[in-house]
Amino acid sequence: MSVILDILASVGMWEAVLRIATPLILGTLGVLLCERVGVLNLGIEGIMTFGAMIGWLTVYSGADLWTGLAAAALAGAAFGMLHAALTVPLGLSQHVTGLGITLFASSFSYYIFRLAVPTASSPPTVEPFRPLPVPGLSEIPFLGPVLFNQTAPTYLALALVALLAWGLYRTPLGLAVRMTGENPHAVEAQGIDPIRLRIGTIMAGSALMGVAGAFLTLAAFNSFFPTMVQGRGWICIALVVFALWRPGRALLGALLFAFFDAFQLRLQTAVEGVPYQLFLMLPYLLSILALIVMARRARVPQALMQPYRRGER
Amino acid sequence: MRFERRESASPALTVLAPLGAIGAALVVAGLLIAVAGANAFEAYGLILEGAFGSRLGVTETLTRATPLILTGLAAAVAFRARLWNIGGEGQFYLGALAVTAFGLVPGIAGAPAPVAILACLVVGALAGTLLLLVPVTLKLRFGVDEVVTTLLLNFVAILFVSMMIEGPLRDPLAFGWPQSMPAPDAALLPKLLERTRLHAGLLIALALAVAVWWVQARTVFGMRARAAGLNARAAGFAGVPLARTLALVGCLSGGLAGLAGAIEVLGVKGYVTTDLSPNYGYSGIVIAMLANLNALGVIAAALFSAVMFVGADSMSRALGIPSYIADVTVALSLLTMLVAIFLTQYRVRR
Repeated sequence: MSVILDILASVGMWEAVLRIATPLILGTLGVLLCERVGVLNLGIEGIMTFGAMIGWLTVYSGADLWTGLAAAALAGAAFGMLHAALTVPLGLSQHVTGLGITLFASSFSYYIFRLAVPTASSPPTVEPFRPLPVPGLSEIPFLGPVLFNQTAPTYLALALVALLAWGLYRTPLGLAVRMTGENPHAVEAQGIDPIRLRIGTIMAGSALMGVAGAFLTLAAFNSFFPTMVQGRGWICIALVVFALWRPGRALLGALLFAFFDAFQLRLQTAVEGVPYQLFLMLPYLLSILALIVMARRARVPQALMQPYRRGER
Repeated sequence: MRFERRESASPALTVLAPLGAIGAALVVAGLLIAVAGANAFEAYGLILEGAFGSRLGVTETLTRATPLILTGLAAAVAFRARLWNIGGEGQFYLGALAVTAFGLVPGIAGAPAPVAILACLVVGALAGTLLLLVPVTLKLRFGVDEVVTTLLLNFVAILFVSMMIEGPLRDPLAFGWPQSMPAPDAALLPKLLERTRLHAGLLIALALAVAVWWVQARTVFGMRARAAGLNARAAGFAGVPLARTLALVGCLSGGLAGLAGAIEVLGVKGYVTTDLSPNYGYSGIVIAMLANLNALGVIAAALFSAVMFVGADSMSRALGIPSYIADVTVALSLLTMLVAIFLTQYRVRR
């Protein structure tokens, strides 16, 4: 028991929560945007991998960290455009297209990575984002270091939650996006083109997925290595269901999830005699549990996975 | 520009679609090779030479195709019924692990080869089935989407394998390297050709492809599974027992993926490590789609992938182009195949 209390009382553990949560927040917001407009995007795992790689490669070739994030966002949007082109105007299976994008984007990332670094025993590193203490607030005991001594992309992710919550529920564009996910025919009747809206929103969501990946190489770690995303993309898909497709709850889900992840990481070293793999399984099992708990309450966007063809019912 | 549904897909288009799709993927991958500074034609020549140019190359390609046929069938069977089993990778690993664990059962090591082999294959298939039954049950009982659960269980399964081969199933003679106890000698699959890795698993995979084709095309269960996939509501009204059909499809699909793992251990490796599968489970999805979910087509699609993977390894050594180009090409051909299938069903009108 005292081990658990020691971990819970440590500043380091709580500091880690926001750091672990950041890529999940960004990824979950990305999935949320795509699904709110009616399209499942299983490309996330691959887009995150590509974002992680291109973000790292951009910075490694001499650009600054923000350029790295921007490159990841652009690459994400490009893969989003590919996914959208296949699933929206052509109406192809969103499951299979998304998986195809994931397989393509991740193997393409490894291909480029191997071209850039043909032989290296340890992956080359970059100078990652440093924590940016908020003047004054970071001096508060306990809360200061936990909340106000994070890296800049973490603050950005938190701001994006607020921006998206406001945008989706308080602006005409947000209304149109949500409506397209529920009933694209009604959107068309309002004189808005649901197809263009879907393509644009998927690109925006996928850009967020790319940034989520780049956070891994440019802030959480400082280098790229294959399979580093480790299913975080799939976890984001589960978190969106947990969040009932709402940005605020997505933040809550990501934080809750990151809390358990930070906790199990520390428990691994504190508890002896239990195989470490059992702890590593927890995040995945937890995601499945979240899906089971929420399955009955899920208010899935009504037009999710329904391709829209003009003049067809 | 708009799309108009064709009355019926012409047979010529249906055959041309996969070829066109693979051609398009090869063109894009060729550009990527060219960007990397090599001659794409030379690279493809070397890939073909690596895969077909020698006895070793041909047998390696067939050895590589064996698990791919099985994981491809696993995906094809499930996708036909719209059961999104993306968990082939995890089922493959559990099937492989089950075989080595089963080898510890007293009596197996001393059993006659046919009995030991059959018992091991059944155990491997059961392990894969069990893993897929978790998400299938969650889907049927609680309405949990199986895409994410099967994906997440892949990670759980591989961590479980890692735990077992570092724990109870660890081979004490492996010099501290985490690998499982060897599979029982009696159950090892016979080689088809001396001094190659080609083993009898290929024949099992081919036979199963024909069997799955027969089940899909000629049995009530096959028709029900397809009906459930085409329109579950209509199939339900027509009296198809949806839950039972999906559960059976899950057993078959998980079993095939588990069998792939068992056969890879019994035929090639002899033991389990956490790098036993270079994404065989995920490649199976691509292969199933390239085959347009047709069980016999899976054989051809698996061969194509195996040629790319084996050939790219030797091409990579000669030209310095990363062998990941094979993964890129195979993944790209999935996307181009989707478009090709679309074009067989719709015509483009201005």
